[in-house]
Amino acid sequence: MTVIPVEKKVLSENQRIAASLRDRFEEQGTLCLNLISSPGSGKTTLLEETLGGFRPEERVAVLTGDLQTENDAKRLARYGFPVQQITTGGVCHLDGRMIERALERWSLDEIDLLFIENVGNLVCPSSYDLGEETKVVLLSVTEGDDKPLKYPSIFAKSELLVLTKIDLLPHVPFNMEQARANARLVHPGIEIVELSCTTGQGFDGWQAWLSRRREARLRRASTARV
Amino acid sequence: MHEIGIANAIIEAGQAEAARRTGSKLVRIGIRIGTLAGVDSDALRFAFTALTQGTELDTVDFEIQSCPRRNRCLNCDHQFETAVYSEPCPLCASETIALVGGEELDLTYVELEEA
Repeated sequence: MTVIPVEKKVLSENQRIAASLRDRFEEQGTLCLNLISSPGSGKTTLLEETLGGFRPEERVAVLTGDLQTENDAKRLARYGFPVQQITTGGVCHLDGRMIERALERWSLDEIDLLFIENVGNLVCPSSYDLGEETKVVLLSVTEGDDKPLKYPSIFAKSELLVLTKIDLLPHVPFNMEQARANARLVHPGIEIVELSCTTGQGFDGWQAWLSRRREARLRRASTARV
Repeated sequence: MHEIGIANAIIEAGQAEAARRTGSKLVRIGIRIGTLAGVDSDALRFAFTALTQGTELDTVDFEIQSCPRRNRCLNCDHQFETAVYSEPCPLCASETIALVGGEELDLTYVELEEA
């Protein structure tokens, strides 16, 4: 009997692709954000409102993943920015290879901000690095405020939590205090914004966070050039 | 949900190791899974069974080692295991903590029976 130590990451192939994507984003000065939530938490709606608020000359693009249909890409394409649908055909997450393939159609040096809307799922997307700068997790108030405890991995790995649909708070038992506390229990440093895309309440918090990250990205690019 | 894909990647890696030694037979594959890896051990075991049943691999044993979340104190450098995410450092009580373990999804070893 021979035991051969292997010691390699099971997802090492994805890890390798993600690292190469990250290098490309870094080189081209692209800020890439990976949006993750359960189905129906409002990823597409948040992106619609976000794109709607950008000037037409902004260099923004979206990759949106679903098991089937081009519905989300159609919704998002109305804002005039480049959008591509990735239909996974049943796969429950996006992986690095899918992103790499989709990006073959675009030139990254023309994109300053790339949103990846992952497949609606709080579990599997957390295992797959897509080369993003950070993951952003969404949680709507029609879900349970204990979700950060039930699905800790994705909350631990996201730098920002967006609590959505806060206009519905009077109608649901969701406890905002508790949700924040649960998220911080799993990830003490997590940033949190609370908003409603229907009323616009709190949306400026999300925009401010985005601006901060874009500025930080720009500063990093200019330091690298010196 | 994606445990089948992961199980498949593990089996393929194990077979690749066995193929390097002509005539050897795959006996056991060791895997390490962190509690934050997003992979369920039971679902993974189920996937191994589903993928190997009725094939020449159905005698292969899969040893899954679970790894807890491990934190490092950024103040005194002490490392400790914890299930409670916000647990302060047991040595210096600092609450500035970094995650250093618990995300493992590693193939650790393969055991072969030489011909």
